[in-house]
Amino acid sequence: MIVKRKKLNFWERLYLPAIIGGFKVTIRHFFKKKVTMQYPEEKWVVPEGYRGAPYLVKDQEGRTKCVSCQLCEFVCPPKAIRIAPPGPGGSPEAGNVEKAPKEFEINMLRCIFCGFCQEVCPEEAIFLLKDYSLTGTSRQELIYDKEKLLALGGVHQDQIHKWKQKADEALAQGVAP
Amino acid sequence: MSNAPSLPTETKPAPAPVEKIKVRVDGKEVEVPKTTPDPLSGRPLPTTMIQACNAARVDVPHYCYHPKLPVAGNCRMCLVEFGTAAVGQDRKPVLNPDGTSKISKSPRPAIACATPVSPGMEIYTNTPAVKQMREGVLEFLLINHPLDCPICDQAGECKLQEYSVEYGKSESRFVEPKVHKPKHVDLGPRIVLDDERCILCTRCIRFTKDVVGDDALGIVNRGSYNTLTAYPGKQFDNNYTLNTVDICPVGALTSKDFRFQMRVWFLKETKSLCTSCATGCNIIIGSREEKVYRYEPRENDAVNSSWMCDSGRLNYKWIGRADRLAKLQGPGSSAIGWSAALKEISEKLKQAAKGSTALIASARQTNEELYLLGKLAVKLGAMTDSVPRPGEADKLLLNADRNPNSLGARLTGISADPMGSNLPKIAEAIKSGRIKTLIVFGEDVTELGMSPDLLGMLQTLIVSDILPNATTRLAHYLLPGCAHAEKRGTFTQTKGRVQRFMKAVEPPGDARPEWEFLHELILNTTGQDGYASIEGLFNQMAGEVPAFKDLSWAGLGDSGVSIPI
Ligand code: SF4
Ligand code: SF4
Ligand code: SF4
Ligand code: SF4
Ligand code: FES
Repeated sequence: MIVKRKKLNFWERLYLPAIIGGFKVTIRHFFKKKVTMQYPEEKWVVPEGYRGAPYLVKDQEGRTKCVSCQLCEFVCPPKAIRIAPPGPGGSPEAGNVEKAPKEFEINMLRCIFCGFCQEVCPEEAIFLLKDYSLTGTSRQELIYDKEKLLALGGVHQDQIHKWKQKADEALAQGVAP
Repeated sequence: MSNAPSLPTETKPAPAPVEKIKVRVDGKEVEVPKTTPDPLSGRPLPTTMIQACNAARVDVPHYCYHPKLPVAGNCRMCLVEFGTAAVGQDRKPVLNPDGTSKISKSPRPAIACATPVSPGMEIYTNTPAVKQMREGVLEFLLINHPLDCPICDQAGECKLQEYSVEYGKSESRFVEPKVHKPKHVDLGPRIVLDDERCILCTRCIRFTKDVVGDDALGIVNRGSYNTLTAYPGKQFDNNYTLNTVDICPVGALTSKDFRFQMRVWFLKETKSLCTSCATGCNIIIGSREEKVYRYEPRENDAVNSSWMCDSGRLNYKWIGRADRLAKLQGPGSSAIGWSAALKEISEKLKQAAKGSTALIASARQTNEELYLLGKLAVKLGAMTDSVPRPGEADKLLLNADRNPNSLGARLTGISADPMGSNLPKIAEAIKSGRIKTLIVFGEDVTELGMSPDLLGMLQTLIVSDILPNATTRLAHYLLPGCAHAEKRGTFTQTKGRVQRFMKAVEPPGDARPEWEFLHELILNTTGQDGYASIEGLFNQMAGEVPAFKDLSWAGLGDSGVSIPI
C-alpha cells in the first residue's frame, strides 16, 4: 500500500505559526506542577491489582503455603517456574504440613507477569506483588530461588488457616493430625 | 473364594462356544456372550450389565468394579436403569403392536457391575435419574473426603476427581467437620496409606487376597469411621503390593518410591517391557526430561494381565545413575570417536585368525542385537555364550530366569545349551592362548571365572556395557551402550512371546544403541550391509532366523506375538 504524503496548505507552509504553537505548550508546562519523577530514587506507586513479580508467601504461622503441586509450573506460559518436589521423607518440624517444595525457582527473565500462577494456585501461595523493576548483574542472579521468593513475598493474611484447622479438627476427634 | 494365586492366562480352560444374547445399551443393540469367564478361576459367570456396556462402548462410571477382580458391588457408582422383556400371565413374552417384545422398565435401578444381563434387556445409562444417582453417590463419597488434590499423588489420574468434574457439586452441603482418620499410615515397606482419602471400594483387599493370595488387608470400624488397615502386627509386604497403588481409584494407597516425586501430568508415557525376569511384563515408563520416574504395568492378558511385581517395578534407578558409562574409550582409556573406534575394531577383527575370537553376549540384550552379534560370530568363527541369571520363581509372575531375553539368546544361536556351559571353555581357551580376542556385551566376565590376570593375556578385549565393572575397566575398547529405556528393540519372553519396547529417554554422553553401532561394525568387518533402522533390522532378522519367521516389526503391535517354541 502506498500512502500519499499529504500536501501542506498555505497556512501550514508558513512554518512560524507551528513554532509559536509549540512554544506555547512549552511555556504552559514551565509554570505547571512538575510531573517528572527522579526514578530510581523516587519510585512510582503502582495501583491496586498491578501485576508485578510473582513471589511465594507464608501464612501467619510462618509456614510455606506452597505444597509443591506444580500447577503453576504446568500453567506458566514461558516455563519460568521450576519446582523440585520434596520426595517421600517428610521433615519432623513441618508438623502436619504434608508437602512443601524442596526447591522453587522463578526465572524472572522469562516471567511475563501474566498472573496465571497466582490464578491457578489452589493454596493461595503465590502472588504477583508490586515489584516491577528487577535488576541483576547476571542471568543467574535473576533466577530467584525459594528462600528469596519467600523472603520477598512475606506473610499473607490468610483467612483459611488450612493446616491449623485440619490439625485442630483432627485433635478434637482424637486423631493424630 | 480360592486362595490360590492365579492369572487368567494360566487357568483359563479351553473356551467352549458360549451362547450369545442380544441386549440394548442406550438404544444400541449389542451381542454379548451369556457367560464370561471369571477373571481369576476362569469359571463361566453370567455376563453383567457393565460388561455389556463396555461391549457397546458406553462408559459407566465405577469405583469398586475392576475387570480383573471379583465383583464387590459396594460403591454404587455404576447404578443404571434397565428394563427386561415383559412376560405375560401365560409366561409368554408380551408383544408390542408392531411385533417387537414389550419392555417393562424396572422401577428401581441396579448396579451394572453385578447384575447379569438377560436376553432382550435394555440398559439406560443416560437418563436424568441415572445422572442424579451418580451425583448422589458422589456427594456421599465426598462428605468426609479431604480434597487433598494439590498434595495427593493421584491427582491427574484420580477417578474421584474425574467423576467430580462430571457429576460433582462445587460446594458441599455438609457443614459438620469432616471425620478425620489416620494419615500417612505405613502399611508396609513400599506402601503409604492415607485413610482419609480411601473410598472403601475394597479393590486393594480383593487384589491381595484373591490375586496374590496374601490376605493382608481389611476394613475395620463402622460407618463413617470405616478404616482400611493391615492385619494387626502384619506388614503389607508381598511382592505385588504396588499393584494396589495402581488399582486404588483414589490416592489412598501411594507408592513410597514415587511419593511426592513428580506430578503425573508431566510424565511422558512410553510403552516398554520390564527387564527384571523372563516373564517380560508389559509396562509403561513414566519419564520427564530424560529422567525415569516410575514403571507401571500395562495390560497384556497373554503375559501379565494387569499386574507386575514390586521388585521389577522398582528396578529402574540404575538407568539414570551418575556413574553410567558415557565415554567411548579406545586403548589406554583414550578418547576416540565412534567411526574411528569401529574402524579400528573391525581392522583387528579382520586380522584375527578364524576361531581366535570369543563372544560373550548378555541375555539382557535385544533379539536384534543378539542376531547381529550372531552374524559377527559366524564370520569370526567365534565361540559364543551368554550368562544365566537364576533366581527364585513365585506362583504369580516372577520367573526363575532373571534374564529378559534368554529365549532370544537361544533362538539367535548366541547362548550355548545349557546357557553358560561355554564360559569355562572360553576361559580355558584364553588360558591356552587359543583365544586372543574377547568381545563382551553387558556382562562382567571377571565374575564368570575369567580373572583380571586372565583377561590381561588377551590381545584385544572389546567391551560394551552400561555401568562400570571390573571388565569394563580392563577393556581395550569400551563401547557405552543403552538401557532398554533408551532404545527400541524386542525381547522374546519365556513362553515365546516376541514383544517390542520403545524409547523413553536419551542415552547419556557418547552412549549409542548397541544395534546401531553393531550394524556399522558388521558392515566394516564383513561387508554385509544390513538395515539402519530398527524396523528394517527386525524384519531382516525375521527373514533369516527361522524361529522368527513371519514376524514383522509392525505386526508385533503393542502386545507382541507368540511364536511356537
Ligand atoms: S506470572 Fe506468568 S510468566 Fe510469571 S511465573 Fe507466573 S505464570 Fe509464569
Ligand atoms: S500452584 Fe501454588 S501450591 Fe502449587 S506449586 Fe505453585 S505456588 Fe505451590
Ligand atoms: S484422592 Fe483424588 S480427589 Fe482425593 S485428594 Fe487425591 S486426587 Fe483429590
Ligand atoms: S485404599 Fe484405595 S483400593 Fe483400597 S479400599 Fe481404599 S479406595 Fe479402595
Ligand atoms: S462399580 Fe458397581 S457398585 Fe462399585
